[in-house]
Amino acid sequence: MSGPSKYQPSSAVGKWFHERLPIVAFAKDHALDFPTPKNLNYWWTFGGILAVMLVVQILTGIVLVMHYTPQTDLAFNSVEHIMRDVNYGWLLRYMHMNGASMFFVAVYIHMFRGMYFGSYKAPREVLWMIGVIIYLIMMATAFMGYVLPWGQMSFWGAKVITNLFSAIPFVGDFVTTWLWGGYSVDNPTLNRFFSLHYLLPFVLAAIVFLHIWALHVVGNNNPTGINVKGPQDTLPFHPYYTMKDGFAIVVFLIVYGLFVFYGPNYMGDAVNYVPANPLVTPAHIKPEWYYLPFYAILRAVPDKLLGVIAMFSSILILLALPWLDTSRVRSGTYRPIFKGFFWVFVVVCIGLGFIGSKPPEGSYVLWGRILAFYYFFHFIVILPLLGLLETPKPLPASISDDVLAKQK
Amino acid sequence: MSTAVHADVNRRDFLMIATGAVAGVGAALVAWPFISQMNPDASVLALASIEVDLAPIAEGQAVTVKWRGNPLIIRHRSKADIDTAKAVKVSDLIDSASRNANVKGNADATDDNRVVGGKEQYLVMLGVCTHLGCVPQGDQGDFGVVTGNSTTGGWLCPCHGSQYDTAGRVRKGPAPENLPVPPYVYLTDTKIRVG
Ligand code: HEM
Ligand code: FES
Repeated sequence: MSGPSKYQPSSAVGKWFHERLPIVAFAKDHALDFPTPKNLNYWWTFGGILAVMLVVQILTGIVLVMHYTPQTDLAFNSVEHIMRDVNYGWLLRYMHMNGASMFFVAVYIHMFRGMYFGSYKAPREVLWMIGVIIYLIMMATAFMGYVLPWGQMSFWGAKVITNLFSAIPFVGDFVTTWLWGGYSVDNPTLNRFFSLHYLLPFVLAAIVFLHIWALHVVGNNNPTGINVKGPQDTLPFHPYYTMKDGFAIVVFLIVYGLFVFYGPNYMGDAVNYVPANPLVTPAHIKPEWYYLPFYAILRAVPDKLLGVIAMFSSILILLALPWLDTSRVRSGTYRPIFKGFFWVFVVVCIGLGFIGSKPPEGSYVLWGRILAFYYFFHFIVILPLLGLLETPKPLPASISDDVLAKQK
Repeated sequence: MSTAVHADVNRRDFLMIATGAVAGVGAALVAWPFISQMNPDASVLALASIEVDLAPIAEGQAVTVKWRGNPLIIRHRSKADIDTAKAVKVSDLIDSASRNANVKGNADATDDNRVVGGKEQYLVMLGVCTHLGCVPQGDQGDFGVVTGNSTTGGWLCPCHGSQYDTAGRVRKGPAPENLPVPPYVYLTDTKIRVG
């Protein structure tokens, strides 16, 4: 936020309060007046969409807990009880279940947006890294939530994922026993996952606050990637972006609604409607769609420990992205070669997701390896070299110039 | 600046470090109960042993019972199973350790070291894939006794394709270790206690 606050308390009470807690000024400066580049396109609306989805998950989650029982003998039936007996229980559960998927749809678009427009580059490194941490906590939260209905996929997903820690040399077995509270995934595991599943979304809310704080220190990036040069390049957040975000949120909620009402189980796995059985693994176990690319990377490596390392690295490498991309031009719009590689990378990620959903046989194994290799190649070789070799296109003189040039 | 002031600063530093150290140790002591509560509790530890009657298991058949929340596989092996397992050289195995809680030291993963002497027909082991914990499916894979189109005795993990032979030894990754043999003793000729 540049310059002093424009907030002037209009009443004596308002003034009295402002001198004691300037929260109204804070809200006005950051939610209404905040100077925002005037050329933001719809890819920039996903931050607002994500905030809405977090609220949706917290509200539906709190009411689900009023009817859910975290006990291995009762959990599955309590979810069925929510579906059949509780007033609007089916709606609330489907909102929560599909809300998680839509949350990930939004976060993936939001992250690819950042990658295309170079939003992770100086001075936004910390903002980007907080984003990666949010993404990690989201994954942990959704993973533990998926265990709660205690279906076959809940159980076996939990078993396979917690077993990843058994790959740690020497202490692996102690770590998994400690995570489970027993010799296998069982009631103690379900209880602690429930506790953490309730907690983490609120931790997320706090970290989202830090994310927005960091954003408001350095300001938004924009489709040209060039810096804001003065007031002629910006607009106040309200009403311009509250309206634009609002419209995008409504469209997004319509798509979400289509899933909730017409395909509530489309993104889920039917096997999770079979109660958990610790003695039988389902024929094809696979995680929810949003984890599939990483699952494919795990399976691409034939060694247990190395596979686990590859999987975690594929996410953690995002933390190093600001330093791996050596180009000083932010926006992909002005980087003709980068643009091509960016889209190849998007296709590779989707391809990994597809491989992750298939059994580890035949040509899927080979393709999984090729794509997993390319995933790392993109970050470790292509991005650093491209910044040095590529000649970017000329940048516009200012955001204003660019906007006016496009209007001609 | 006089030396007295210097001495004072050093004393402060010392007091700060000492106070910080005591607070740090205190914090670690308080953290321990919070960490330890997640380990298996007394009721989980109490469930640790079961008895199984082997007499009803026909040759070529395998049963799965629950032990400590995990599937325990008991297979009554045929002579062909045992011969196939004995024919394998230890040097050809991915994991050459017996992984048998009843055998002392770093014994080799020979077929003899995977079972109890004189009771070679009964293979007792955990059905927990040593990769990521799925339950391997019996009579499948390339390392059982293959006759025509059917396989008996091997195990195949449905999750990421690991395979085990007729002695439960891993023969194809990503699993790194043989299926573990839990501690068990024969109470009678056909009855065992596991755990
Ligand atoms: C970051 C936000 C959240 C995400 C991504 C998330 C994700 C999930 C997922 C994927 C499931 C499994 C749905 C199913 O297959 O049935 C689930 C279940 C559940 N969640 Fe959440 N959740 C979030 C927030 C919350 C919050 C804040 C609460 C409680 C205050 C909560 C309470 C529950 C309960 C009780 C269940 C079990 C009922 C059911 O399976 O539908 N969740 N969650
Ligand atoms: S869990 Fe058996 S192969 Fe992965």
